[in-house]
Amino acid sequence: MDLEILRETLLLERHNTRLVVLGVTLLGGTAGLIGSFLLLRKQSLLGDALSHATLPGIGIAFAVMSAMGLSGKSLPGLLIGATITGLLGVLLVLAIRRTTRLKDDAAMGIVLSVFFGLGVAILNMVQKIPGQSSAGLESFIYGSTASMVWSDFYLIVGTLIVTTAVTILILKELTLLCFDSNFASTEGWPTLWLDVILMGLVTAVTVVGLQAVGLILIIAFLITPPTAARFWTNNLKHMLWLSTIIGAISGWLGASISALYSNLPAGAIIVISAAIIFLVSMIFGRARGVLPRYLRHLKLQKKVGRQHLLRSTYEILENTQSETPLKNVPISMALLRKHRYWSKGELPKLIRQARAEDHIERQPSGELRLSESGFGEASRITRNHRLWEMYLITHADIAPSHVDRDADMVEHLLGAEIVQQLEAELELAKSEIESPHAI
Amino acid sequence: MRPEHPPEFPLAVHDLTVAYHRKPVLWDVDLNIPEGSLTGIVGPNGAGKSTLLKACLDLIPTTSGEALIYGKPYEEQRDLIAYVPQRESVDWDFPVSARDVVAMGTYRKIGWFKRIGAKQKKQALEALEQVGIGHLADRQISQLSGGQQQRVFLARALVQDAQIYFMDEPFAAVDAATEQAIIELLKSLNARGKTVLCVHHDLATVSRYFDHLVLLNMRVVASGPTSETFTRENLQKTYGGKLNLLDDVAQALKNVGRP
Repeated sequence: MDLEILRETLLLERHNTRLVVLGVTLLGGTAGLIGSFLLLRKQSLLGDALSHATLPGIGIAFAVMSAMGLSGKSLPGLLIGATITGLLGVLLVLAIRRTTRLKDDAAMGIVLSVFFGLGVAILNMVQKIPGQSSAGLESFIYGSTASMVWSDFYLIVGTLIVTTAVTILILKELTLLCFDSNFASTEGWPTLWLDVILMGLVTAVTVVGLQAVGLILIIAFLITPPTAARFWTNNLKHMLWLSTIIGAISGWLGASISALYSNLPAGAIIVISAAIIFLVSMIFGRARGVLPRYLRHLKLQKKVGRQHLLRSTYEILENTQSETPLKNVPISMALLRKHRYWSKGELPKLIRQARAEDHIERQPSGELRLSESGFGEASRITRNHRLWEMYLITHADIAPSHVDRDADMVEHLLGAEIVQQLEAELELAKSEIESPHAI
Repeated sequence: MRPEHPPEFPLAVHDLTVAYHRKPVLWDVDLNIPEGSLTGIVGPNGAGKSTLLKACLDLIPTTSGEALIYGKPYEEQRDLIAYVPQRESVDWDFPVSARDVVAMGTYRKIGWFKRIGAKQKKQALEALEQVGIGHLADRQISQLSGGQQQRVFLARALVQDAQIYFMDEPFAAVDAATEQAIIELLKSLNARGKTVLCVHHDLATVSRYFDHLVLLNMRVVASGPTSETFTRENLQKTYGGKLNLLDDVAQALKNVGRP
């Protein structure tokens, strides 16, 4: 593989691939933008039914154009055919939904497979039309960028510009529709028509993308970028931008790579590129990714363990001394082990942690002693725990014998503000609180 | 003009029947809600309380009958009405902030194509402050508690600046503090002459919260001032004792046209 050719392709410097790469990149961006709304409206599957239902239209359009003596493979004609049967498919889903009690998924499953089957049959039949070669029509199934020419490019880019402009124009209305369509109707917004416009936009992107991406995979082009974007942000505007960019990048990579290996279908490479971005987003996404969530969980777990250790130490000091103020004396590991249940290996790990944080010191005798800052921290943690226990007993009617466990689960989340509220609620502001139950 | 439903009533329902798949949910509902009332709509589960609100707002098709807002159909009176749907009716994972949701209450005034501006943002923030969660304006809505989410919906209704407030179970599954805040808000709206209709299910608080009451179980069992309507006998009719006849008719209707 010649790296120079790869670079030239990616940077649109190669004349014979420039068009394709640019067109598919724009397509990806538009699909990412409009797909966001399709996803938020929870209609992803309807988009899939739509794309599959375009196939019979392609076959029929080819037959009609051939019969009229025109070239059977003129792109505008084929796309008009695709649009018509695609929309028919959507209407049929809606009709089934409205008139029967079938669930959505069943209605879509039926329409999707029936139309696709019909399309395959029709494509087979039109191959027998004399004088016209239908070879290449099946590229609409898997997508092929090889046959794109200048006039196709204008058609595709023109459609994409119009759909993007319409989406941006009614961004506010679409957002309202997707979030709360009932509220939108009570406010007089024509929700039915907004849904029709949204489906129209999806149809436009699907149909112009058929040639390059193929009808089986175009749905992934609409859905993968917004789902990937959602992992990074909770802000709709950011999500729309990100989804557009992710779509564009997948399109750009997919078209470039498939242009270099001419036997690789563009649709597949595009979807694989998008899927890789999705996977990375799912793992690392700042807002809802798996890894950041796991790290937050680990951090909390560490905090909880540390609080348990310090509180246990403090409680042992209380139990072994009768007079106040409490003296900070060394205690043995055995006492700690007896005081509370620790899972295997947990205690040594927590102690290592606490030593690193300078909360606990190990005496030459092997005993443990709270450091000065550790002692203060332990006293604060114990006090919070008891405040919360008292609150549960007085305000939530939890029996004193059960309160320890319930308090255990929540106290680690108590912030300074809540502690102040608890103090006010319980009229307790003194620094030492006795445990409401035997320790 | 119907003589029994004069236009001074903010909401008049005439002979309303609603059916889902041939099964009647509301049956010949006839109501006049007085202006400036704080009305509770109370009844058992499945009594059609939410359905009544939705039918009045044209959200679901009615089999017969009509609802009039100050004597006119709803389409002509949208500006007078604010609707607070049930909290579970939307996806709270949606990528918007509390302020964004509240600003949706201004969309109708802004009109097509235009974006919300500084004025609407300020309005939204003020409404959030009014319901006590101004400090959470920029929080994504899934990071709010149930009570806070309910307050967001209320704030959205506040920016609509309506005359009549339709509220679907605003007290469902909220904490005590939120319940208190909501009822105070409703009372203050009421004090400013607004009419509030509220689907409610907690019988214990009915007489404290509402001055007018509609007892509903597929049909209107009783409707009137709470002091007269909230009686043991009426409650028994609403909740106790199966309404056998209605059930039978419903079943019969359901079976029409089936082998």
